[in-house]
Amino acid sequence: MESIGVLMTCPMSNYLEEELEKKFKLFKIWKHTDQKDQFLKENSQSIRAIVGNAAVGASSELIDSLPKLEIVSSYSVGLDKIDLNKCKEKGIRVSNTPDVLTDDVADLAIALILSTLRRICESDRYVRNGLWKKGDFKLSTKFTGKSVGIIGLGRIGAAIAERAAAFDCPISYFSRSEKPNTNYKYYSNILDLAANCQILVVACALTEETRHIVNRQVIDALGPKGVVINIGRGPHIDEPELVSALVEGRLGGAGLDVYENEPEVPEELLGLDNVVLLPHVGSGTFETRNAMADLVIGNLEAYFSNKPLLTPVV
Amino acid sequence: MEEEQELKDHREERELQIVLLLGLTPPPLFKFFPELLQKFKFLSPFEYPTTPIHQFLKFHAQSIKVMICMGGRNEATCELGDAADFAVGLLLDVLRRISASNRYVRSGLWPLKGEYPLGLKVGGQRVGIVGLGSIGSEVAKRLDAFGCSISYNSRRKKVSILFPYYSHVCDLAANCDILILCCALTDETYHIINKDVLSALGKDGVIINVGRGALVDEKALVRFLVRGEIGGAGLDVFENEPTVPKEFLELDNVVLTLHKAVHTLSSLSALYELTMANLEAFFSNKPLLSPVNYEQEAVTL
Repeated sequence: MESIGVLMTCPMSNYLEEELEKKFKLFKIWKHTDQKDQFLKENSQSIRAIVGNAAVGASSELIDSLPKLEIVSSYSVGLDKIDLNKCKEKGIRVSNTPDVLTDDVADLAIALILSTLRRICESDRYVRNGLWKKGDFKLSTKFTGKSVGIIGLGRIGAAIAERAAAFDCPISYFSRSEKPNTNYKYYSNILDLAANCQILVVACALTEETRHIVNRQVIDALGPKGVVINIGRGPHIDEPELVSALVEGRLGGAGLDVYENEPEVPEELLGLDNVVLLPHVGSGTFETRNAMADLVIGNLEAYFSNKPLLTPVV
Repeated sequence: MEEEQELKDHREERELQIVLLLGLTPPPLFKFFPELLQKFKFLSPFEYPTTPIHQFLKFHAQSIKVMICMGGRNEATCELGDAADFAVGLLLDVLRRISASNRYVRSGLWPLKGEYPLGLKVGGQRVGIVGLGSIGSEVAKRLDAFGCSISYNSRRKKVSILFPYYSHVCDLAANCDILILCCALTDETYHIINKDVLSALGKDGVIINVGRGALVDEKALVRFLVRGEIGGAGLDVFENEPTVPKEFLELDNVVLTLHKAVHTLSSLSALYELTMANLEAFFSNKPLLSPVNYEQEAVTL
């Protein structure tokens, strides 16, 4: 398979890069940003696969420039950066990395809830700035027993629910349809979910329907004691509305791992004590990133050996 | 007129029972529950920072009937969940680098330096709980849901608990990746985490302390962390609060909080109510609601 051309869209994992270089002919497009069109023209006849991630995927434009493209193997579970319709039209296969990152992302959601509610990062800041000696009387908010509302009860949403249940939290959710075999309360309307929980967690896929699913009305329904946690995609939340709600105190707090224009984070948030801001580290552990890389490679090897894809999407 | 008012105030003051308050910093109780001040007169050594404490106590000895020591566990309040939540929060922070990467974003480094270094997966970690009392059990219940395997050390093996028991903390440390300290501070548990335990835990090991600072030989912990002989620590308590060893401030693999494990409105409300109820019972010659059994507890101040 060493002659099969694979295009990698951006740096995402040294391990993945090394493995791809060993097994395929690897084209690193980010090293040619100045002459991108030239680079694509020269190599398009050899490129049969794209490896993309949550930051840079397989856009319509990129797919069009690669006439020999047969498969997109994404180093992510999210598919929002891939033009799926175009892939379907052209018969291009698509795979992603579900399941291997479910636990990490769910762990991070709970970590964000605890850091935000219990003010852990804020306390750490106080200690590091020597402010503890001046005394501090800020109380934090209890997590145990608080109502948690989850948007999207897929693999990740369900894993978050399982963990929150160990903290005796009543769980409710909003989803396209009610899921059988759960004890969690279902709301068919997201405003009802927001009105009936204190911690709202975004855990669904980003599609055209779920873009800005957390908007002004949802934030108002959640209210000044509510907290929003986003481990999905930045565009799930109307970011300017979120920012003004936090700045004006209409929302109690937020724990965010994703933003509309990563790596840009709204400046107003940097000055707030009641938000925790992480740099898209949802699947950021050694074990998980290696497992994701193995899955990307596994899908490519399966495809080019005419075997079924391990984790097909299209 | 003024004199009359002053006399009246003095008389009212004399009628209030005097309660000595020992605690870290002036208690948050008064800020949030000012009614306490109407019922009792509280004396706190913190208001006389230049007076040595033994002198302060000697001066007031005859008038003090009740002494409240802030902090300390009490199963009648809802502190258990809060303390357990906090321990889990600290652990998640250390493993997934929450505070450190939050700092990274806030200092504008994400667009400049790119992806933040990876953390460690929570599931599959071997967690050793030092002191499987009420708080330790709550911690175990939560971490079980994350896929951690739990073992413990305690004064005595708990017959009803299925988790593996180690009678020596060193053995627990040798067989775990993470130690969570949930035990009381007594003569036996003073510096229970010493250099032998830290060595046994190993260079990828993590310590989480929501008990008391003196459970840990802090100087040894500093050495191990600075030399990279241990993986990280989440500390809510220190040997000489509010002083924190300055070496900790240089480290990214340490999370430092201000003795906040039970500082939620709900826990402090419960604590306040219980304290008030105990005080009122005491001064009406009724039985205390939550007395300490001295033989059982062997508590050191």
